[in-house]
Amino acid sequence: MLTLDRNLLHRFGLLLVILLVGLFLSLSDDIFMSVANLTNVARQVSINGILAVGVTFVLLTGGVDLSLGSVVALSGVACATFAHPGDHSVFVPIAVGLLTGAACGLVNGTLVTLGGVAPFIVTLGMMTIARGLALIFSGGRPVADMSNELTALAGDLFGIPIPMLCFAGVAAAAWFFLSNFRLGRHIYAVGGNENAARAAGVPVEQVKLFAYGLCGLLAGLAGVVLAARITTGQPNAGQAYELDAIAAVVIGGTSLAGGVGTITGTLLGVLLIGVINNGLDLQGVSSYYQAVIKGVIIVGAVWLDRRQARS
Amino acid sequence: MLRALELRKDFGGLTVLHPTSIDFHPGEVHALMGENGAGKSTLMKILAGLYQPDGGQVEWRERQAEFTSPHDALVAGIAMIHQELMPIPDLTVAENITLGSEPCSAFGLIDRPAQLARAKELLGELESDIGPTRLMRTLTVAQTQVVEIAKALGRQADVILMDEPTAALSDHEVASLFRAIARLKARGVAIVYTTHKMDEVFRLADRISVLRDGRLVGTAPASELNPAKLITMMVGRELADVFPVRLPSSNEVLLEVTGLTREPAYRDISFQVRRGEVVALAGLMGAGRTEVVSAIYGLQPASSGKICLNGSPLSIGNPQDALTAGIGMVTEDRKGLGLIPALGVGQNITLSALRDFCRGPLVDHTAEAAASQTQMTEFAVKANSTSQPIAQLSGGNQQKALLARCLLGAPDLIILDEPTRGIDIGAKAEIYALIQKLARAGKGILLASSELPEVLSLAHRIVVLRRGSVSATLDAASTDQETVLRHAMPL
Repeated sequence: MLTLDRNLLHRFGLLLVILLVGLFLSLSDDIFMSVANLTNVARQVSINGILAVGVTFVLLTGGVDLSLGSVVALSGVACATFAHPGDHSVFVPIAVGLLTGAACGLVNGTLVTLGGVAPFIVTLGMMTIARGLALIFSGGRPVADMSNELTALAGDLFGIPIPMLCFAGVAAAAWFFLSNFRLGRHIYAVGGNENAARAAGVPVEQVKLFAYGLCGLLAGLAGVVLAARITTGQPNAGQAYELDAIAAVVIGGTSLAGGVGTITGTLLGVLLIGVINNGLDLQGVSSYYQAVIKGVIIVGAVWLDRRQARS
Repeated sequence: MLRALELRKDFGGLTVLHPTSIDFHPGEVHALMGENGAGKSTLMKILAGLYQPDGGQVEWRERQAEFTSPHDALVAGIAMIHQELMPIPDLTVAENITLGSEPCSAFGLIDRPAQLARAKELLGELESDIGPTRLMRTLTVAQTQVVEIAKALGRQADVILMDEPTAALSDHEVASLFRAIARLKARGVAIVYTTHKMDEVFRLADRISVLRDGRLVGTAPASELNPAKLITMMVGRELADVFPVRLPSSNEVLLEVTGLTREPAYRDISFQVRRGEVVALAGLMGAGRTEVVSAIYGLQPASSGKICLNGSPLSIGNPQDALTAGIGMVTEDRKGLGLIPALGVGQNITLSALRDFCRGPLVDHTAEAAASQTQMTEFAVKANSTSQPIAQLSGGNQQKALLARCLLGAPDLIILDEPTRGIDIGAKAEIYALIQKLARAGKGILLASSELPEVLSLAHRIVVLRRGSVSATLDAASTDQETVLRHAMPL
């Protein structure tokens, strides 16, 4: 009961911060609460949200994935390459993008489990490899000329942005998975105490492989969505996306040591970062200052949270 | 010299230590006795500055002391040996021993030769021959414990708090520790000591305080107490003989191990476990007990040899294989290989057998909750609810939860590695009774233990290991401690 209360407190605390920031923004700027702007916020957080959900799985196992941004770019390029009008059905470029991401994730997972290399190093390597591959396949130029069917993915369905729907679907599925699947329980066990999990008969290697693979797959999805939104496969896209994603997850209460964390926490973390980004834009804060303010808020939020957890 | 005055501690609204006052005197060994969860460790941790009291105060040399961290207490002259070992695995033995008090030369550089000499000297005081340049992670649990004791000795403290320092030690090492304690006493050091081993208390203690359910039952000179009186004070009731009666085993061979070898840890290990039989693996520290049972459970497979269960040969590469074959194990390393600290008690219990409470890949939460509730009741695991994180439970309750995990999958062969290490006499009796019950139900039990009374009373047969080889297989009914020890000691 104790931890449940703490989780609730934590979530309410975070929710309160988000509401306060929102209130401040809506008072100081009447554009903020407009439907157009809120839709815009939803659209903006979607990609970070999809990445954050994926990397939640990896962080829960006690690992980390620094390659997300590069994998987004590589998947976007791969998707765009197959998305020229009239070439294939729209499902082909989508599948190619997803599989590219999943493949990167599985390579990460294999090196971490079978290779025994630290996740930080493996995914740091993948970060530059995937970026390099994206540049190689695209010849260093944006891959343009994408079919309308694919770019329509960035549009609306019944007035709701499709990226937002993707994010919501992914988050709901991830939440259900972690709380109801045996594999979900195993992810918590591996992150909580890997050796004890192995001794209890948990297939630790398979569990980790799954987490990295899923994280890669979702980075692939983010790549496809991004390509659709900017109507090109940009080899230089997604720089430092992993940092916003990891920041959102950690703000949401997931432990970097693994074993503790929830998808709802991650959602709130994503929302907070999204609202801050949007708010700073609306206030006309220069991007130089934005970076500083965002960094302070990230560290401050986690510091407050840990202080609360200790008391 | 050191005085606890009406100390009180609450955890999450629960008072684990009611206002308690005890005086500790220089040159005296003061034993704190009580079952797990009685408040001994809590009291010690307050004295060592690790916990802040919620009431009362600590008096140190006639003055009120505020230890806000273990560092404050250390500076004042109070050192603690923790029950849960806290080594830094990738530093050397010498670096661990001198951690925080490294001998430095000019410019603040570490004086390596002095560091090594200091470590050697302190280990020498404990009559140990552990090499000071070895990495901590290469040591056994018992050796780690010796190093932790050496570390506390090195603090030159006036008070040393020892929380179950002998839990992992062999008789031989315990004797060395006791001689070191006698020397400390002669120097006027105050020792505060907790243990679950009755014989130790009366060999060592000058004064005994008994705690029960967070309350001080009483303090008395050791000479005025005896084991029976002490147990009555601890449990609040008379405890009949803790060892239940042994029943005859069947003739049906359940486990047959032949020629199990992994150099240099052990070689050519052969023995059988029949249905309904308790077989004990005895031996000194480093004899290979844990290594042999780890091989059978697949934690660290042997390089050669044969393991047959129910007559069919098994190839066990990891614990999953062992569990599938019907072999379960409760580890000696509760913290490292047992608990998933952040998960609830219930989820810890169902972890190994989770598949049985799933529909396809989905966990059936109702069935799981029912099963973990049943196990908690059956094994008398005391917790607020199934979702209370297992890290918050006392050692005895954690151990019972791990037993519940092991048995939920209904294994045929149950391996118990030091199943009563560091748990109180009440929980011990429960575990002994459980072992007999399992044997009666036709299970085979392989018990690795360093506690000879336990081995002699529970086991049907005793396989004695000496430096990684079987030195004797004895019939427990017709042998005694001396015979077992004779076979266990290096020639």
